[in-house]
Amino acid sequence: MSIVGKTTGELLDSMNQGELSSVEIVQAFLDEIGRRDNEVNAFLSVRPEKALEEAKEVDQKISAGEQLGLLAGIPIALKDVLCTEGETTTCGSKMLENFVPPYDAHVVQRLKKSGVISLGKVNMDEFAMGSSTENSAFKTTGNPWNVEHAPGGSSGGSAAAVGANMAPLSIGTDTGGSIRQPASFCGVVGMKPTYGRVSRYGLVAFASSLDQVGPMANDVSGAATLLEAIAGHDHRDSTSINCPVPSYSDSVDKPLEGLKIGVADEHFGEGLGDEVRKSVENSLDVYRSQGAKIVNISLPHSKYAVAAYYLIAPSEASSNLARYDGVHYGYRTENFDNMIDMYAASRGEAFGDEVKRRIMLGTYALSSGYYDAYYLKALKVRRLIRQDFDQAFEKVDVIASPVTASPAFKIGELSDDPLAMYLSDIYTISANLAGLPGISVPVGLSGNDLPIGLQLLGPAFEEDRLFRAARMFEKETDWKTLKVS
Amino acid sequence: MSQKLTRGDVTKVALLARLKLSDEELDTFTSQLSQVLQYVDVLNEVDTENIEPMAHAIEVSNVFREDEVQPSLSREAALQNAPLTDGSHYLVPQILENATPES
Repeated sequence: MSIVGKTTGELLDSMNQGELSSVEIVQAFLDEIGRRDNEVNAFLSVRPEKALEEAKEVDQKISAGEQLGLLAGIPIALKDVLCTEGETTTCGSKMLENFVPPYDAHVVQRLKKSGVISLGKVNMDEFAMGSSTENSAFKTTGNPWNVEHAPGGSSGGSAAAVGANMAPLSIGTDTGGSIRQPASFCGVVGMKPTYGRVSRYGLVAFASSLDQVGPMANDVSGAATLLEAIAGHDHRDSTSINCPVPSYSDSVDKPLEGLKIGVADEHFGEGLGDEVRKSVENSLDVYRSQGAKIVNISLPHSKYAVAAYYLIAPSEASSNLARYDGVHYGYRTENFDNMIDMYAASRGEAFGDEVKRRIMLGTYALSSGYYDAYYLKALKVRRLIRQDFDQAFEKVDVIASPVTASPAFKIGELSDDPLAMYLSDIYTISANLAGLPGISVPVGLSGNDLPIGLQLLGPAFEEDRLFRAARMFEKETDWKTLKVS
Repeated sequence: MSQKLTRGDVTKVALLARLKLSDEELDTFTSQLSQVLQYVDVLNEVDTENIEPMAHAIEVSNVFREDEVQPSLSREAALQNAPLTDGSHYLVPQILENATPES
């Protein structure tokens, strides 16, 4: 098998056995970027010299017999929303086009410690607002399976890089489905960890009570190892939780005995495409054949999740994005009358449509006279959504559902209809509101050869259970042969 | 909960949000935001009597640490991304009228 087709575990084994050097591995992925990325357009910046230099250091450490980190020598693509010291971090926005962070995000520090090697930064919807990566100020990324289709978003570059074999691993962020939906569209594994599992320090903020950083990979075990590398407490993020991080990479291959999988009617109703329905049902059969029990559950408030989310997330965004003032960093307009006009013109010129829309929506929802009716109401519904999950997890170990209603839509198909785009997150958004972990694992192909994902949700801090459950499916099947029509 | 959103409302919100919008943007946003607000009205179906609002996914209260000096960014690093500085301060347009800037 070619180097770029290998999983993280296989690459680590090849290095351990002296069959491949990190330099050879990094070079192979850089070559693949050169071959594929003019078509896919996942990368915003590539760092070939630095990556090869770092790979050489890893190789030297290997020959010197030094102790190495968990992912030493393995290449990765980073969503351009994480601050990288001395390396441009754009967030997909004209506002931060020339922003060079003076510090590393916690996740980036942890990645460096693990020995992983960054190939570069990848494309995203501006400020992570979107579901197609079309909202990037810089380029439109194509789905590696068919570049006329969207890779999903907002972590579309991260998913497309892995889906096109341009990296075995990538980092994404998920505020309403932004890891799981693109993972599903591009046929890769993606996990949103429990809120608080991974530090948000140095992550450019969108909606602080919902944002979470997570792993994407070409197999479940790679994602498990990557989460192990980045998870854990950090005093610089007061919402990061101080609880032990299990060794996900050790446990991922152990199947779960007597697994009870919850299935909610609310996830299989009107709007779900036939191909996705079939694919998800087939995957449940695979679990049944391994002794899992499928149990009906109810999530009665899930139909209100999108509405609650599109009040809560824009409200938080309107507050978070107030920091872009044309003074401290970022874009400043050249033409203005006074201070207030300088703020408004800088923001008006540098933010794209979707970011403006959400700032407007959030400002409205928080404004005097509307706060109780919109923002507070949404927060109450949020609690009811969480309570539904708490009750469901008294009966089942995980909840299985589609990730999206259909496979990847075409580029441009939803870009003029914000509400339709918002509704594409209908199955993923609840997990963010409730703060729960969720994984998307590829389970089949549509009639026109686009990947379909299965979402598994778990109770807080049970990422280990989700990796093991996802691995049970992956081990038993070759999803690329499971075509529905 | 929502009355119909007018172009005047959108203009006011744009001012609050410090966003300079074109006439065309004001028109588009008036119709698109109305559509979204109409959609979120579905929340009115839910009985939330006696339900506490949930502002955060994991409910943590204040997190304290010892009040000790920690390393932080140097002045140079803090200023390096600013659009305009004098080398030691951020520079902004004049705010007070009739004030003479010191040179």
